Amino acid sequence: MVTLTINGVKVQAEEGSTILEVAKFYGFDIPTLCYHDELTPYGACRLCMVEVDDGRRTRLVASCLYPVREGITVRTNTKKLVKGRKLILELLLARCPNSKTLQDLASKMGLEHVRFKMENKDCILCGLCVRMCAEQMGSGAIGFVGRGQKREVVTPFRIASEICRNCGACMYICPVVELQCRGVKSPGELCNSCLIITPQCLDQYGQVMCTLESCGACEKKEGK
Amino acid sequence: MTKIRTLQELEALRKSLLQRRDPNKPCVRVCLGTGCRARGSVDVLEAFTHEIKKRGLDVQVECKQTGCHGFCERGPLVVIEPKEIFYQRVKAGDVPEIVSKTLLNGEVVDRLLYTDPATGRKVLYEYEVPFYKKQTRLILANNGRIDPTNILDYIAIGGYQALAKAITTMSCEEIISTIEKSGLRGLGGAGFPTGRKWRLCREAPGDVKFVIGNGDEGDPGAFSDRSLMEGNPHSILEGMVIGAYAIGANQGYLYVRAEYPLALKHLQIAIEQAREYGFLGNNIFSSGFDFDIKINRGGGAFVCGESSALVASIEGKIGEPRAKYIHTVERGLCNKPTVLNNVKTWANVPLIIKNGADWYAKIGTERSKGTAIFSLVGKVNNTGLVEVPMGTPLKEIIYDIGGGILEGKRFKAVQTGGPSGGCIPEELLDLPVDFERLTDAGSMMGSGGMIVMDEDTCMVDVARYFLDFLQCESCGKCVPCREGIKRMLEIITDITTGRGKEEDIELLQELADMVKDFSLCGLGKTAPNTVLSTLRYFRDEYVAHVKDKKCPAGICRDLIEYFILEDKCTGCGACLKLCPQQAIDAYGLIHTIDPAKCIRCGICRDACPFEAIIVR
Repeated sequence: MVTLTINGVKVQAEEGSTILEVAKFYGFDIPTLCYHDELTPYGACRLCMVEVDDGRRTRLVASCLYPVREGITVRTNTKKLVKGRKLILELLLARCPNSKTLQDLASKMGLEHVRFKMENKDCILCGLCVRMCAEQMGSGAIGFVGRGQKREVVTPFRIASEICRNCGACMYICPVVELQCRGVKSPGELCNSCLIITPQCLDQYGQVMCTLESCGACEKKEGK
Repeated sequence: MTKIRTLQELEALRKSLLQRRDPNKPCVRVCLGTGCRARGSVDVLEAFTHEIKKRGLDVQVECKQTGCHGFCERGPLVVIEPKEIFYQRVKAGDVPEIVSKTLLNGEVVDRLLYTDPATGRKVLYEYEVPFYKKQTRLILANNGRIDPTNILDYIAIGGYQALAKAITTMSCEEIISTIEKSGLRGLGGAGFPTGRKWRLCREAPGDVKFVIGNGDEGDPGAFSDRSLMEGNPHSILEGMVIGAYAIGANQGYLYVRAEYPLALKHLQIAIEQAREYGFLGNNIFSSGFDFDIKINRGGGAFVCGESSALVASIEGKIGEPRAKYIHTVERGLCNKPTVLNNVKTWANVPLIIKNGADWYAKIGTERSKGTAIFSLVGKVNNTGLVEVPMGTPLKEIIYDIGGGILEGKRFKAVQTGGPSGGCIPEELLDLPVDFERLTDAGSMMGSGGMIVMDEDTCMVDVARYFLDFLQCESCGKCVPCREGIKRMLEIITDITTGRGKEEDIELLQELADMVKDFSLCGLGKTAPNTVLSTLRYFRDEYVAHVKDKKCPAGICRDLIEYFILEDKCTGCGACLKLCPQQAIDAYGLIHTIDPAKCIRCGICRDACPFEAIIVR
């Protein structure tokens, strides 16, 4: 076991686990897009970046990959991190404005406006589907091709894959296509409709019943 | 060929080689580096061999190819031994004259000598040329002296002695502490202390370890690695064998760009020859140490110069970086401890072993030891390869060695470190060049590219150019690099085409800061450097583009206008005939340009004999 500090709280963690795993276990919320418990961490979305001070220097690391070490100090919500995450999300939203997952994250982070030219793509290249197919389904029917702007997820040679069993696991895990958010009004404006909320449980019980963060199940839009 | 097994055998071979060679025998050395080849040095070498044979001189005169001399601006270069007379811009047609005058009669062909532009004097010897005078050549010292395809040339100048010394007389610990004491740092760009890297790898658990030489030089405008691989491949191999012996590796890889066919060929020949002589293979110098090197060709991805992407590429995977929270020295190639160094770093190793750590530590500054190699290009008189001690001021490199700015124009900025580096302005010209100082100035050592820019360069356009390159070369794995560079490019393109808004500069700054902090690998972390440094030193140019919709340097086409000065125009009609758009009208004598039709190609300005056409 190693001892580390997360946001000022001394916690114990098993050696070999990552900061993200430990932080999640103790209830610290770190946003992620390309991470899944059962898949190899990938470190591509960079939303899970945290600040780590190992006594020699302070640097930003991807918490989904960084193994916990004895005595390190982790901060998950410094100004730089919050600002950077918001900008990354803004970049992703400019790419896929209709993703419900991204729109919800935007609401949570208080991002209301995208300053870039809007596109309308339906993939954020998080690689969850590629890893799902290879690691959990044992298939490996899809993969990345191309570099930089030309990067995309396809089957080999873009032809119907012989090893794909149409299991749908890739669609199940995709954070972008599953629910299309239709809230976008004019280009660049985010609806933030999920931001203006009052939990129903407030009326019913006089307090928010979720212990860590609101689950959203009971939330209703203001004015309804 | 019997393999060489002891230091004595190597020394005996070297002595017999030197004995067989008459130091007074004339020898023609023709530079066959890529730069000189492009200017026709292959024909020159052929002409020499042909001419020498024709006159029956093949016994008296030797003729050989060498690697790059570095002064590519004046190629093809020819040096005639024993006096070492230095000829430049030699054409195949000049060869008969050189043979009859210089080789037979000892006379000098005046018109082929280099003229010092400062004094107007002809220079007879290579070392007297101002370009070479101020350089300290360690790694490149023998590039222009030896035939890279002949191992005997390398042995004759003392090659493989460091290897013999290291293996037969030093322990692994001694080798590593020598490298540590010398202060050698990785010359691939980041400058990690080489000795420490070796020690970490040696101490890492595991019996299978690897060494890798990184020759995947992808920066536009950088060619130092290529010249070294082409001109002195054995020095790299020797360094790698010493390193492998010190850390306990039995297999090495050289990762070289496929776009460097000559380097690949010379390295392959060098490896085969080294195997023949027993410097590679089993039981090197009878020590029981086995080591071999395999060449891997890079597929042309810039990102594969990044260590973890390079390792992935050798493993046969997609060349993409991974987070290096567990270091390559612990888990590198095939998850085994691996030392990865740039080829220039490897080439330094034999020199340090041979001359001692103290000798090396004396060169350079307090924290950056040894020499730095720069590929000096751009708007400078003498382009070529420059090797100077760390800490040499920029001014000395650009003005004393580089001969100043082309056509006597004003210096504006110098871009060091390729696309990942930044632009350094005039007020920092006295900056001593080493790892720390360059980083402080917002640039970096990088691969050693050095692009000099004059007053006619638009800094916003420069930033746009490098972002465009990086956008194509980003692997696309992580969001900040892939999306961030794309959006930075989008904003800068807007700015250079007159569609920039005032808040764009702030957004650009915010994006650049985020990409620098949040990217996964070195490519993304350094990608915004050009933007950040131009914003830091040339912000007024951005403001001029955005606010006044003007490009101060007159480069950005959408923001400039060609205009004919009435008092200078004589109505000669030179511009009129050449204008591809028929945008020039001649009412009476004076011409005018119709801005609506003009595509700002600049043909009219170049054609005007009276300098009556200006950009405003």
